[in-house]
Parts: sequence; structure tokens; C-alpha cells
Amino acid sequence: MAETAYWEAIRRAHDEEMANDPMVIAMGEDIGVAGGTYKATLGLYDKYGPERVIDTPISENSYTGIGIGASMVGMRPIIEIMSINFALLALDTLINAAAKIRYMSGGRVQCPIVMRTPGGTAHQLAAQHSARLARMFMSTSGLRVVTPRGPLDAYGMLKSAVRCNDPVIVIEHEQMYNLKEDIPEEEFFRPLEGAEVVREGTDITLIGYNYSVHLCLEAARRLEADGISAEVIDLRALKPLDRETIRKSVEKTHRVLVAEEDEAPVGVGSEIIATVNEECFYALDAQPVRIHAADVPVPYNARLEKAAIPSADDVYEGALKVMGKI
Amino acid sequence: MNDADKKRLLREMIFFRRFEDRTFEAYMERKIGGFLHLYSGQEAVATGVLEKARTGHGTDNDYVITGYRDHIHAIKTGAPAREVMAELYGKETGSSRGRGGSMHIFDPTVNFMGGYALVGQPFPLAAGLAMGCKHKGTDQIAICFLGDGANNQGTFHETMNMAKVWNLPVLFVCENNQYAIGTRIERTTAVVDQYKRVCAYDMEASQHDGMDIDIVMEAAEKAIDFVRSGKGPYFIEFMTYRFRGHSMSDSKGYRTKEEEAEWEKRDPIKIYSQRLIEQGIITPEDIKAMEREIDDEIENDIVKFAEESPEPRVEDLDKYVLDDNPDPRWIGPLQK
Ligand SMILES: Cc1ncc(C[n+]2csc(CCOP(=O)(O)OP(=O)(O)O)c2C)c(N)n1
Ligand SMILES: [Mg+2]
Repeated sequence: MAETAYWEAIRRAHDEEMANDPMVIAMGEDIGVAGGTYKATLGLYDKYGPERVIDTPISENSYTGIGIGASMVGMRPIIEIMSINFALLALDTLINAAAKIRYMSGGRVQCPIVMRTPGGTAHQLAAQHSARLARMFMSTSGLRVVTPRGPLDAYGMLKSAVRCNDPVIVIEHEQMYNLKEDIPEEEFFRPLEGAEVVREGTDITLIGYNYSVHLCLEAARRLEADGISAEVIDLRALKPLDRETIRKSVEKTHRVLVAEEDEAPVGVGSEIIATVNEECFYALDAQPVRIHAADVPVPYNARLEKAAIPSADDVYEGALKVMGKI
Repeated sequence: MNDADKKRLLREMIFFRRFEDRTFEAYMERKIGGFLHLYSGQEAVATGVLEKARTGHGTDNDYVITGYRDHIHAIKTGAPAREVMAELYGKETGSSRGRGGSMHIFDPTVNFMGGYALVGQPFPLAAGLAMGCKHKGTDQIAICFLGDGANNQGTFHETMNMAKVWNLPVLFVCENNQYAIGTRIERTTAVVDQYKRVCAYDMEASQHDGMDIDIVMEAAEKAIDFVRSGKGPYFIEFMTYRFRGHSMSDSKGYRTKEEEAEWEKRDPIKIYSQRLIEQGIITPEDIKAMEREIDDEIENDIVKFAEESPEPRVEDLDKYVLDDNPDPRWIGPLQK
């Protein structure tokens, strides 16, 4: 085992996958000579050269499209988008092309690209650098969407994403790049499907993904002090969604809360609660609760920002509400 | 080029015109749905350029990609005409198994990498195909056919820049028919000569008559040689005209009868038939016979195949969304 930061885990996955397969390339702004905004490709330019670690101009839609075109002829590009906000510029090639080419070619052409991008608020980055948008990708047929919560998945899921034949969006988080965890030193893969019960409990199910898993875990510790046993699920993959793990947990606890960092409307929480309704409505003993951001552009002012974004406190209080304690 | 090849080229262009005419009829009979964009009038461009590209080598072909006006590009690249027609009919035997339709013909067995509806989207995809060729060290090139209107998309500028900086083996073919649906080029576009626009990227470029297939072939050959020899991307513009409306719902009210008549005098099929007759390679009677033979092939082979082919099964609705046979090592589910 080696203590590894989230960014180091991503870097290691790039390095191993590039060493393993000459068709794997990395593309993005500042990722080559500069080593990457998040250091995800640090040192790889020197190791693999400018043809495989490609510094792109600030042309998100077209360099994503170039990655897609290259993937159609057998390459495996890992495309970094500096912030998920900028991924909006690439939605045409991503959603109109990559997500649909397999289908509209009747399964004859595939686009095995990986797009990595941090979604989420950091500290006072304001409205244009704090988007989350997971829900938008989650609602697009033809994509896989994964949300590694820590170094283990950041490494293992990126490696799987490179090898998988579908377009995969890996949503990282500005505030998680320095998060550390012990991970095995030998090579391993983590699957792109399947939610994970990261803490077992019997009274309530707290569901999160990406950063919000950490809010759920923090809330669960505090609930334990109150004598409430919370089970925590990390969805890991938003698409395809693991409905089974959600159902099993809710059938056990009979209570559910979903925590997301995004705004609520048409969001991940809405989808999870609809799933609970469809899978196990009659197992519920209490009304489900969603914890989410305020429906406003993310403010710059620190106090306002804090008020807009859900915290572990919010998850904790939400859970007490589901439990009928407040 | 020998006489037999010249006759074949003429036959191909007549076939392409008749094929499109027949899809028009099938559309009127409601056998074909959705949007249908016909290529009539522009035949010399795709026929001439692709004649000089590497086709007929299956997966060693050059890569070809285009917009929604894609039937003829697909067929000239090597996609069987029957399968293209079956695709328009939405059949399981179609080029895209009935999932794509007129605007999305794909045939990877001949490296025809698709028709795309989003104007300007194929620019970067083409550059990506070229990047793949370069990376693999093959001498294949990518050829991207798009209209004049597409050059006003951001992808045009973004891609020209990257294609040049990265020295990619890609040929951009601009089919300048002077209209984007019903809007004439001058009304939206500051620089009307499209080939001039890529000088901002220091890219090799030229403009030619797109109604005369001999001119098209000569220019295309030079451009393709340039790209294949590793000198980088090339932008070639052909001046042309579409004889029909933009799509089926177009009444062409935005252009004058006089203008249409002027261009019809320059019909690429007329120009080429005339030339071959003058050269004594073919007679008007031969051409009549050729047309009858083509109509017979279209009716009794191509349309028949499309009509008699099965529809996709509703049970297969969610096939091809993601890889249908994924490797469980990468996909899951999560093992405890
Ligand atoms: C991104 C996008 N915007 C608008 C349209 C609608 N549209 C379809 S074709 C077209 C005109 C394109 O003209 P041009 O590139 O000259 O091609 P042509 O049809 O003349 O071959 C437009 C505006 C579209 N399909 N995609
Ligand atoms: Mg046009």
C-alpha cells in the first residue's frame, strides 16, 4: 500500500495506461510542458513526448472533437477539460457526436474517449468556475459517467475508463485533488459500474457521489453519536446507475436521503428519489429528503457561497428530519 | 485516364443523379422520412475528389467524413448503394442498421466515417481521423467535405488552427454552393471566397470550378498528393450549385429562375457527356442506354433490396447505446 493523493492516483493511471498501450494519448490545455493544472500529467510530456501528451489551444469543442475522431480510428484519448464549466463549450462534439456515434452507426463505429474534468465548488471561484453539471451528463444516453470519491477509484476507474469502449466522463472535484488514501502498489482496476456501500448502517441510507460522499460520511459519524445508524452509499457511477444497491439498502433502512452539491431541479437527487419510488416505494417509512445547492449561480462572497452549497451540517440536519427528530 | 474509366465516371455521375431522384420519389411516397438533402448538381465534386483519393482498399482506404448531404459521398467511397437506400428506408440492412437515416450514413468497412447533422461538427472529427492516421504511421489521409455555410462555425477556425499546428494529413473540401439553406453567402459571410479564409492559419488553399470533373480531378490530385506527402493540411474550394432545394421542404423562393438556369447550363453531367461525345468516346445513344441500365439497377436491385429488407426489431431498441459486449473487468459490477 502507498499513501497516494488523488492527483497522484490520476497521474499514475495515465502513466501506466500510456506505457501499456501506444494508442493512449492525453490532450488538454496546459497538460504537457506545464504538467497540468492539477498535475495529472506531471512529467509525462518528458516521458512520452509532444505527440502523446498534447498541449491543445483553448478550443474545447474542437480538440474534444479531434479526440473523438482519433478514437474512431482506434486511439484512446484521455481529454482533460480544465473545469467542467468549460466542458459546456465541448457539448456539441461530446453529446451530439461521441454519445451518439455508436448508436447512429448501428453499432459499427465507436468512440472510446475519456473526458476528465473537475466539477464542483472550491473556494470563492464564483459563478463561472463552480459548475457541477453531473446531472447533464447523467441524462445523456450513450455516455458513461463516473465520479470517483477518492484516490482508489480515481486511479482504478480511470484505468478502466481508458480500456472501456464507450465514451466515459470522469467527474473529479477541485477540492479533492489533495485528498490522500492508501492504495495498492500493484496494478488494479475498479469497475465503471456499481454503487458501493462505504459505511454500513440500519436506520437511514445516505446517498452521495463525488464530494458529497464525504459530507454523508461526516454526517454519519455525527448521527452515530446520536444513536442513529446511517448507511452511506457512494453511487460511483451516475450512468449507468446501480438501482439494485439503492433498493437493497432502502429495503433495509426504510429511510433515505440524497446529498448532491448541484442545484436540485432535474438533478441527481430527483433521479435517485424517482428510482426509490420505482424500486421500493412501499419500503419507505418516511418521506425522502434531498440535500442540494441553492438554486442560484454560485456567489463569490464567502458567506453567501457557504450558504449556497450544502455542508455536512445540512446532511446531518436533513437526516434528523427524515428520522423525525426535528 | 483511359476511355473506359471516363465512361465509368460519367456512368457514376448519372447513377448518382438518378439515385437521388429516386430517393425523392420514395420520399413523396413516404417510404423515406425525416430530413432528406439531395446532392444533385454537385456530383462532380465528390466524384472527382474521391476518384483521386484512395478508395477500394476497404479499411486501408482514406477516411471520408461529411455533413448530412452524404449519400453520394458514402457510395463513391465504397458503401454499397443498396445499403445506403436501405438506410433511407430505415431498414435493418441499412448502412447504419436503420438507426441513422439519410443524414447519418456510416460504413467503416470502407472508412466512410459518417454523415453528421450538426453544421461544422465534422471539421474536428476529420482532424482527429487524420491524427489517428499520423499516429499509426500509415499514409492514409482524412477527407472532410462540407458546405460554405459550415465555415462560419467556431469549429472551422479551431480546427484549421490545430490541423496546421499539428501538421495533420487532412484535406478539407469546401463545396461552395453559395447558399446555406435559403441564405446567400454574401449576406452572412464577410469573405466570400472561402479558400482565402484559411490564410489566417497559413494553410495551403485553392479555389476551382466544381462543375467540371476534369478540373476537379486535376486539382484534387495535387491537393491529395500534398497532404499524403506529409506537408500538412490543405483546404480546397469548389464552386458549385445544388439543383434541388436544401431539403424536401424547400421551395427555393430565395433564388431567381435566371440564376438557376445559368447554373443548369453548367450541369456537371452535361459538361462531361458533351466532352466525351466530342472526343468520340461515347454516343448520345450509348448514354440513353446507360440511363436505362441505371434505372433498371436502381429499381430492380437497389430499391427492391430496400423495400424487401426487414425493419429493425423493437426488442433491439436499446442495442448500440453502449458497447453491447463489454469486458467485465472494466465495467463491473463492483465485486465485494
Ligand atoms: C449547428 C447547426 N446549426 C444549424 C443547423 C441547420 N442547418 C442545416 S443545413 C444548414 C445550412 C448549411 O449550409 P452549407 O454549410 O453551405 O451546406 P449546404 O447545405 O449548402 O450543402 C443549416 C443552417 C444545423 N444543422 N446545425
Ligand atoms: Mg452551401
